[in-house]
Amino acid sequence: MFAYIVRRVLATIPVMLIVALFVFSLLYIAPGDPAAIIAGDQATPQDVERIRASLGLDRPFVIRFGEWLWHVAHGDLGVSIFTNLPVTHMIAQRIEPTLSLMLLTVVLSLLVAIPMGVIAAWKHGTWIDRLVMIMAVAGFSVPVFVVGYVLAYTFALQLDVLPVQGYTPIANGIGPWLRNLVLPAVTLGSAFIALIARITRATMLEVLNQDYVRTAKSKGVDQHAILFVHALKNAAVPIVTIIGLGVAGLIGGAVVTESVFAIPGVGRLVVDAILRRDYPVIQGVVLMFSFVYVLVNLCVDLLYTVFDPRIRY
Amino acid sequence: MKRRDFLKTATAGALAAGGGLAAPSLALAADAKLLRFVPQANLANLDPIWTSQYVVRNASLLFWEQLYGVDANLTPRPQMAEGHEVTPDFKTWTFKLRTGLKWHDGTPVLARDAAASVKRWLFRDTMGAMIRAQLDAVEVIDDRSFRIRLNKPFTKMLFALGKASTPACFIMPERIANTDPFKQISEYVGSGPMRFKQDEWIPGSKAVFTKFTDYVPRAEAASWLAGGRRMYFDRIEWQILPDPGTASAALQNGEVDWWETPLPDLVPLLSKNKNIKVDIADPLGNIGSFRMNHLHPPFNDVRARRAVQIAMSQSDYMRAVVGDDESLWKELPGYFTPGTPLYTEAGGEPLKGKRDYEAAKKLLAEAGYNGEKVVLLVATDVGITKSEGDVTADLLKKIGMNVDYQALDWGTVGQRRAKKDPPSQGGWNIFHTWHAGADCINPAPYVALDASGDTAWFGWPKSDEVQSKIAEWYAAPNLAAEKQAAIEINKASMDFVTYLPTGFFQMKQAWRSDISGVVKAPFPVFWDVKKA
Repeated sequence: MFAYIVRRVLATIPVMLIVALFVFSLLYIAPGDPAAIIAGDQATPQDVERIRASLGLDRPFVIRFGEWLWHVAHGDLGVSIFTNLPVTHMIAQRIEPTLSLMLLTVVLSLLVAIPMGVIAAWKHGTWIDRLVMIMAVAGFSVPVFVVGYVLAYTFALQLDVLPVQGYTPIANGIGPWLRNLVLPAVTLGSAFIALIARITRATMLEVLNQDYVRTAKSKGVDQHAILFVHALKNAAVPIVTIIGLGVAGLIGGAVVTESVFAIPGVGRLVVDAILRRDYPVIQGVVLMFSFVYVLVNLCVDLLYTVFDPRIRY
Repeated sequence: MKRRDFLKTATAGALAAGGGLAAPSLALAADAKLLRFVPQANLANLDPIWTSQYVVRNASLLFWEQLYGVDANLTPRPQMAEGHEVTPDFKTWTFKLRTGLKWHDGTPVLARDAAASVKRWLFRDTMGAMIRAQLDAVEVIDDRSFRIRLNKPFTKMLFALGKASTPACFIMPERIANTDPFKQISEYVGSGPMRFKQDEWIPGSKAVFTKFTDYVPRAEAASWLAGGRRMYFDRIEWQILPDPGTASAALQNGEVDWWETPLPDLVPLLSKNKNIKVDIADPLGNIGSFRMNHLHPPFNDVRARRAVQIAMSQSDYMRAVVGDDESLWKELPGYFTPGTPLYTEAGGEPLKGKRDYEAAKKLLAEAGYNGEKVVLLVATDVGITKSEGDVTADLLKKIGMNVDYQALDWGTVGQRRAKKDPPSQGGWNIFHTWHAGADCINPAPYVALDASGDTAWFGWPKSDEVQSKIAEWYAAPNLAAEKQAAIEINKASMDFVTYLPTGFFQMKQAWRSDISGVVKAPFPVFWDVKKA
């Protein structure tokens, strides 16, 4: 197992290299000019050209990519073109809100979606099942920003119980931290809950038709034990797979959610960077996201062995 | 118990169980010494010489100062300067700093700081470039005095040093001002009424300024950038809220105090809220711009430019940009900012009266236009340019032009517009933007009016006639002569169609009703603002 983990971690290196080359190439060929944005609307073309030269943006692709790669290999993601701050510093400033949002979203989603899916499968064909499916379809269909606005309107503007925007670091207390994150987490989790609930229901339906479940029922095993101990554990592998895949969706959703609720996270950082063509920041964040995604998939693979002892690496 | 009360209690209770709801943000909201401000854009850097973005200038006004500052009558008044002397030939300007000026690190502001700052600014500003072209030296005389020696007369020095248009001549410590003008500074030590808290800066989210207790304001009453800058807040937080819906909700909910640029669509909603005041932000407003490329057909022919000029309906543009509230916009048959001394409509007849599509078609035919594609760059991520672009596409079709509408983001338009290549090879024919009225009060900061060809602004118009009239304004010894020069500039520019103004419009600002002292200006003025 240990050798497998080491192999998988080492395998991230070529993946990251490919991601790095891909991102760098994409940004190189994409239109847009940070020098023009820095110079502002009143600047002359000559000013823009001089700023471009001072930023080194007029140099050939190979040289710029080589330099950047060399620095990345030394743990230096470069300096933001616009803020003059190190990219690592900017990511460090933003990582806590994003991790908090994603963690709370995942926890909330699992707490809501898995029982929903299990109950829908258990009550298959009843109004409960249909209600769960309607909620799941709605969760999938309504865009994240619409959910966000509706929640903010209801709970902040109308009921005045939660703030519209902002983030409070967890160091300032769980209460304030949670207060700022509840609405964003529900917003971001709406589609994730729908996804997990549907997969849980479908997988549970399959498992509940297995012989051993029928045997357990006939032996008089408690219904809750059948559902949450025997059946759910056997349905866990596809559910965990979907959760792992869903993290990518969460990263994308976090970009929108952080904008709607003005959370100073990595999602907003990358959106701002893309709009301004702040190449070092875009490259740094995308590289970090891809690394996180590779690690999440590794964790998912390792979880398989927990839920299904037959799986060995 | 009412349903709403129940929900409030239940939610608050549930959250309190999670760790005790101290609600510090509510406590802060009650603090009259804290101002939470939503600026027009993200504050991504703080070098007002390196970049000409207005948001950077606005933040810089809190913690850097200028030697002079324009007042609400657009007259430059001493700010850091105690006063000046100028030789009768307007070639040597000597400035003396006022006493009591200190940098935020506690060291005194010296003349060598001012001299170094002026030198850096000369490289980045249009007026600075004019001064540089006739500069003999910037010399330090003593700790409080320095002089600028020129080899030709320059009468508009005080306006150049005190203007608000970007880049404004901010004074920085010598060690910072010695930075290459095309490279960004990384230290932010000012001498203004507020300090910049670099350790709390999260670009794209928050910038914090705290009161500089050693600051000594001038004795005079404040008027825009002139007079005493008295601060009534210990802390000013700039909160970057890029989503207008979120900013609107935050203002309604009392989470922020002042929103610089509410979306016009949201103004009616905010106006109905008794806790919010809404008013014109900038009395100098903005001028919409229809910019044509003078290098390539069809707009390299003045007849094609005039065809659009006689067909264009400015009210169509303004309704699309601002809406039906006619108190916020007006048609503009001229180039200078309405309500300012140089405003004139001389030569503006082609933009007035009934629009004539048939005459426009005839002019296009005379110009040799034969259905070639006209590349229209539209920044669809910016509401104003998107609206302008849509109206233009419709207008050009009406006069028989073949429009290639290219929907882009502003970053891409910024790059594409710098290309001089033919439109078929990645170049362009038209793009839209707008100019702050503060930049259009006279020809000095007005880059869009420059018709010097290769060195002109994007579109590269070339007209010796326009340039000679601009030179007359620079040489004008008094306001009467300046006004006459402005009339000639307007006529020549309208005739040559340097660019097409799409109208004059104003935007609103909104603030909580417990805030007082908010004034109308081309930039947010924080001094004399108070919170109940």
